[in-house]
This record gives sequence, C-alpha cells and structure tokens, in this order.
Amino acid sequence: MKVIINISLKNGVLDPEGQAIKNSLLNLGFKDFNNIRIGKQIILDIDKINKSEVLEEANNMCETILANTVIENYKIDILEGK
Amino acid sequence: MRTAVTIFPGSNCDRDMIIALKKITGKTPIKLWHKETEVPNLDLIVIPGGFSFGDYLRCGALAARSPIIKSIKNHISRGGAVLGVCNGFQILIEAKLLPGSLIKNKKLLFTCKKTLLEIQNTLPSPFCSGFKVGTTLEIPVAHNEGNFFASKEMVEKLEGEGRIAFKYKQIKNNKNSFNPNGSLNDIAGILSKNGRVLGMMPHPERVINKFQGGIDGLKFLSTSIEHLVG
Repeated sequence: MKVIINISLKNGVLDPEGQAIKNSLLNLGFKDFNNIRIGKQIILDIDKINKSEVLEEANNMCETILANTVIENYKIDILEGK
Repeated sequence: MRTAVTIFPGSNCDRDMIIALKKITGKTPIKLWHKETEVPNLDLIVIPGGFSFGDYLRCGALAARSPIIKSIKNHISRGGAVLGVCNGFQILIEAKLLPGSLIKNKKLLFTCKKTLLEIQNTLPSPFCSGFKVGTTLEIPVAHNEGNFFASKEMVEKLEGEGRIAFKYKQIKNNKNSFNPNGSLNDIAGILSKNGRVLGMMPHPERVINKFQGGIDGLKFLSTSIEHLVG
C-alpha cells in the first residue's frame, strides 16, 4: 500500500527557512498569506495488505526514525488500492 | 587511558580529534567504524564532528541508528564517558542519549567562528569539574544546525539539575551577537544525568596548537581526561 508521510515542525519551533521564504514571497508582491511552515514528505510502499497493519508499521517508522517528535509532528496518509 | 573515536560515512573531524587525543594521552585512540558491534573496554569514546550520512533526514538521525550506537549505550551503562562534538552532539541527541533537539541556526547561516564559552555550575562531571565556575574558554564553532531547542520545562530541568555544561558568552568589546545559532539560554553544551556524557557544539580539537590561534581546546580536553583518569 502506498503511504504518504508528511512531517512538519511543531508550533513554537523556530522555522527560519519558512521565515526566509515568507520574506521572498512578500518581496515578490504576494501579500495574502499567513502562517508559512516548511515540512517534508516521505512516500513509500508498505508490503502489508491490511490497512491497520500498514498504519501501525508507518507509525512505528515515524516514532523510531522518520520524525523527531521533540520538534516535529507527522501525519500518515494511506492511499488504498495503489 | 583508553580512548576511541567513532567514524561514520561523512565524519570529517575524526583525524583532528585523534591527533588531539594522542597529544594528550600519548596513545593513538582506537578507530570505531559505525558498523562495529563490539568494542573493547574504553574510558572515553568521542563522536567527532562532520556530516554523517550527508545530514540526510535530519543531522545525526541515520548515524544514531547505526550498529555502533548499541555499543556506545552499553559503554555508557557501564559508566563510560562519551564526548560528542558538533555532529557528535547531534548524534547523541538523535540517539536519545541527551535531551532536546538541535535545529537550524536562527540566521539560517552556516556559522564558523570563534566563540567564548563560560563553564557553568554543573553536577559532578569529568568534563566540567576541573574548571572553576565562570572560567571562559575560546573555542570555535562550525555548524548549520546547532540551535539547541527543548521545551521550557526541559530547559528549566537541565538548569536545575546542573546539566548545562557551558553557555556562549560575549567576547570583550565585540558587539556582534555572541550566540552563534540562537540556542535557548545561550546553551553550547549539555550533560547526561550522570555527568559522564557531554554533547557540545564547539570544536575543542580545532584549538590545540598556538598556530591554530589558541590552545583552549587542548586545555579543555586535557583537563577532562585528567579527571577521567583521576
């Protein structure tokens, strides 16, 4: 099953990259936006049939290595049938 | 005094650290490749700086899941001492051997410059107990992710338990920002609960000869080693 994991910085964690991009957007004339945050996406196939097993495996991966839970949140999306 | 230096793909301060340790102990440290699972009895393991695994995923994240880390954990549980410098500090945090996190420098710049460190009032530790509280050492930093971050409660806890080894201090008359990365409470290095694991962003191995612009790194390392032996 295809799994998409989105990892983002927690609220309150300094995001200088996001701030730099915000400044560039403002310089380019984009004004109608707020709350810019940088994150990363990890896409993988997990070789299990059962959705709950896939979720459990992905969760385990995030807790063990993929996310640093001190500063990051993660969200797991499973694309069924792919 | 038996010392070792770990080496990961992308470590680049290992040789400087080996030279520094040899200069102090008179013996060449053992090199520990990241795939090794068994290490001999050692007094001190140093995790040097660099860009282990290309800083992929997060700095130190992949190195912290290498086979050698298990041996380092065993070494620590036997009361062994560990020093992590720069990327080594990032690895210790990723391996959850030290708390908090090291995030991108506040100004988004790779910072390479001299910093002044002030020794804090710590719990008994071979790395700090040889210095009077308030002693300053001039040791350079060189990093992109050295901004120490943790929850307010954790920082308070570290302060309360005497686990902050040193903080950045203003260099005389220099009005530039003295904290090179924006770390909370100007933290430059922290200790484990038993005081025998130290993670620090500055590079002591880079100031061990006068021609390098200073010898405070040598002073720091040799005092630490004296206290490990003593």
